[in-house]
Amino acid sequence: MNPYIPHTGEDIEAMLEAIGLQDVEALFADIPRPVRERHRPVGLPPQDELGVQRHLVGLAERSTGRKLVPFLGGGLYDHYIPPVVGHILSRAEFYTAYTPYQAEVSQGTLTWMFEYQTMICELTGMEVANASMYDGAAALAEAVLMAHRATGGTTILVPRSLNPRLREVVATYAWGAGLPLRDVPYDANGQLALDSIPDGICALIVQQPNALGTVEDLTGVKERLGKAFLIAYASPIPLAVLEPPGSLGADAVVGEGQALGNPLSFGGPLLGFFATRKDHLRRMPGRVSGQTQDVNGKVGYVMTFQTREQHIRREGATSNICTNSALCALAATVYLAALGPDGLRRVALLSFERAHALAERIARLPGYDLAFGGPFFHEFVVRCADPARAVDRLRRAGIAVVPPAFLHPLGVRDGVLVAATEKRTEEELDRFVAALGGR
Amino acid sequence: MSTIYDRGAPGRRALALPSLGQPEERLLGLIPAGMRRKRPPRLPEVSQPELVRHYTALSRMNYGVDTGFYPLGSCTMKHNPKLHEDLARNPALADLHPLLPPEDCQGALALLWEFGERLKAITGMPGVTLQPAAGAHGELTGMLLLKKWFEDQGEERKRTKILLPDSAHGTNPASAAMVGFTVVSLPSDRRGMVDLGALNLALGPDVAGIMLTVPNTLGIFEEDILEITRLVHEAGGLCYFDGANLNAYLGRARPGDMGADVFHINLHKTFSTPHGGGGPGAGPVTVSEALLPYLPVPDVVRDGVEFRLAWDRPNSIGRVHPYLGNTLVMVKSLVYILTLGDEGMREVSAGAVLAANYLRAKLKGAYVLPYDRLAKHEFVLSGEGLGEGVRTLDVAKRLMDYGFHPPTVYFPLIVKEALMIEPTETEPRETLDAFADAMLAIAQEAKEKPELLHQAPHATPVRRLDEARAVREPKLRREF
Repeated sequence: MNPYIPHTGEDIEAMLEAIGLQDVEALFADIPRPVRERHRPVGLPPQDELGVQRHLVGLAERSTGRKLVPFLGGGLYDHYIPPVVGHILSRAEFYTAYTPYQAEVSQGTLTWMFEYQTMICELTGMEVANASMYDGAAALAEAVLMAHRATGGTTILVPRSLNPRLREVVATYAWGAGLPLRDVPYDANGQLALDSIPDGICALIVQQPNALGTVEDLTGVKERLGKAFLIAYASPIPLAVLEPPGSLGADAVVGEGQALGNPLSFGGPLLGFFATRKDHLRRMPGRVSGQTQDVNGKVGYVMTFQTREQHIRREGATSNICTNSALCALAATVYLAALGPDGLRRVALLSFERAHALAERIARLPGYDLAFGGPFFHEFVVRCADPARAVDRLRRAGIAVVPPAFLHPLGVRDGVLVAATEKRTEEELDRFVAALGGR
Repeated sequence: MSTIYDRGAPGRRALALPSLGQPEERLLGLIPAGMRRKRPPRLPEVSQPELVRHYTALSRMNYGVDTGFYPLGSCTMKHNPKLHEDLARNPALADLHPLLPPEDCQGALALLWEFGERLKAITGMPGVTLQPAAGAHGELTGMLLLKKWFEDQGEERKRTKILLPDSAHGTNPASAAMVGFTVVSLPSDRRGMVDLGALNLALGPDVAGIMLTVPNTLGIFEEDILEITRLVHEAGGLCYFDGANLNAYLGRARPGDMGADVFHINLHKTFSTPHGGGGPGAGPVTVSEALLPYLPVPDVVRDGVEFRLAWDRPNSIGRVHPYLGNTLVMVKSLVYILTLGDEGMREVSAGAVLAANYLRAKLKGAYVLPYDRLAKHEFVLSGEGLGEGVRTLDVAKRLMDYGFHPPTVYFPLIVKEALMIEPTETEPRETLDAFADAMLAIAQEAKEKPELLHQAPHATPVRRLDEARAVREPKLRREF
């Protein structure tokens, strides 16, 4: 018997009788006969639990990458996830609940969402945040659409140093909405080279740190943009130490929250965070939890400002988003609460320290150099004559880095992108340097 | 409700971390002063026991499928098998970085490929993309595919309208609007189905396509589905199917056999992955032959025993996801499909439709049933005429006192005071009976003691919350 369906033969008969039907097939008499007749099975027999488990684990373990030491970044980072995060996420009351439409039986979800929104505002230096988007790329694309709604402008300035995966997703959304993209170059430091700002632009995107790993100086950028949006795409761990874009005039700060307590997950699910200014609250996409009171004056939380959303406003909604990344946002909330301000700064600085120690040692190797002179955080580009050969040497030493082709759209053909987190050990750094330096 | 910020004290923390190898100031000195953070983010400072107690306490104020019956219409709140959760946490999947070269992630690629093939077979459609991260994301992908198709036909300026039955999910018009389409609403007829006359009138050279939910949000199968898709195709349009309600005919019918050009699948509905309090889910999309050239890139393809990523699709709409989609969600659904097999999938739709019609039969005497016909996996009642000033919202809140999660309320919009009930196949008959008894008792209370309903809920952690106040005096974050 199907382990997830509790209906016995007796149940089925009793239920059919209550309905007034003879057999189960009669329940489907309203599906046109030709449609039913054309149906073909997939060709799968039912399987037992152990058998399926073996099949899946067997498949998963074919991925040799799981045994490599990851110096991989490119937008997702291998940070330590405290077990307390997984234990909280395993509470079935959290993970088997739906979107909290019925507030009185969803105070758990609505309360942590309120906490999460507070934490994201604090990290980004912004006034309001939503309860999550699918991933950083979708959050960025939605910020672009919001900028268009707010300013009426169309052209989006996109740095060449933007993560190419983000750029591709933004390009898809922007094409759909009829918004042209225009490139902004970077300088020899790997920083944004913003010469002149054309009239009538909608928004400038700045990634912090950018896809080359370089920290951008956002001072004075918003002033030059005028009413056009400054959209910052910020990496959350570095934000523990870097000035939040919100303090530098950004109109929206978005990013990928995976690093905050979520596994790499082969790229999904992820966590898009989205923060903006109060003025734009009614233009913001996504769910928001707000504090209120019950009939007895007791504090509670509800989903609020729902008139922005698709289920109320339909084609006039600020976005079509419905299901988002709630459970990943809960992971981020628990992670940030577990670390606190000091712990988060420690994780950021440990990653920074490892990356800088590694960069210094690589730069001393003959034939290798740092590609850009600007300040960096926990990721950097190594310049060398033959990136493929360097990557191959690392691979043979059991080390994985992002394939060099990732940097090609950024105009870098002689570079290897390297990232380090607090998880990388001295021994692993030694191994990295030895692999590159070996003959 | 106290938040985590109300707990703890300065200096407390829930995790021991390694020390830095040098003074903090020295490291910070490497960051130019103007880029250095001046004030640390205000985050909680709590010890591990406080942290665990707080979130455990919060979890106990939540209602989930594992807590009890959750008949939220259109959301398919079925049981979430526990094997799935364990498999998705397997480090060979969870700790895999998506930028690893294909030769180092063969396992994950094999799994995605297999999953895509299964979805194609289940839906009877030749193409698939696994990138969309949710149903609405799948809809957006579908609308982009339509835009690209008409661009290729040289008709993108002409075909600007999307037809939508008035019973459609709100995401449908919102998705069409994101791609610049104008939405035209189609009235439903007395049967609760698309009015063929109105469809004929609406079709023309300016129509890009139709978005249909099958069965529709009244829980009614569009009996004219073949006629509808034929008419749209003859008029040069394409047919988008919203797959939110696939649970109604899983293993028995395929959208590809009904004339669908694009179909999105909510894995967190039909394919049993948990809703997570609002995600993550996944919304893979299958397409007809015509739309194959436009699917997002890259594609996972099999070469003998190897798997690779293919980019050779010059007319692709591009990426909608930075990587390959919500892999860890897809793993759960693949396991589900493999566990059930064809026979199990047929049992799913049989059980879901049986349970819905059973409840419909039990409740139709006490509640108005505006469309009294065979339902599929869900049906819609109206809370009208129950008693003095009693509204559907009151019924919903009162159900909480009986220990049930309320159904979806006030949707679809074409039924006044709608109560949309979807029991799913995973509930025992005893639970269905208990729910029906509660609904009948509430209908009785509505007549005799309506104030009980007006004041409900009584037994929840908070009483009825003031939503207007939340908008009037927005408090969307803690102020310090």
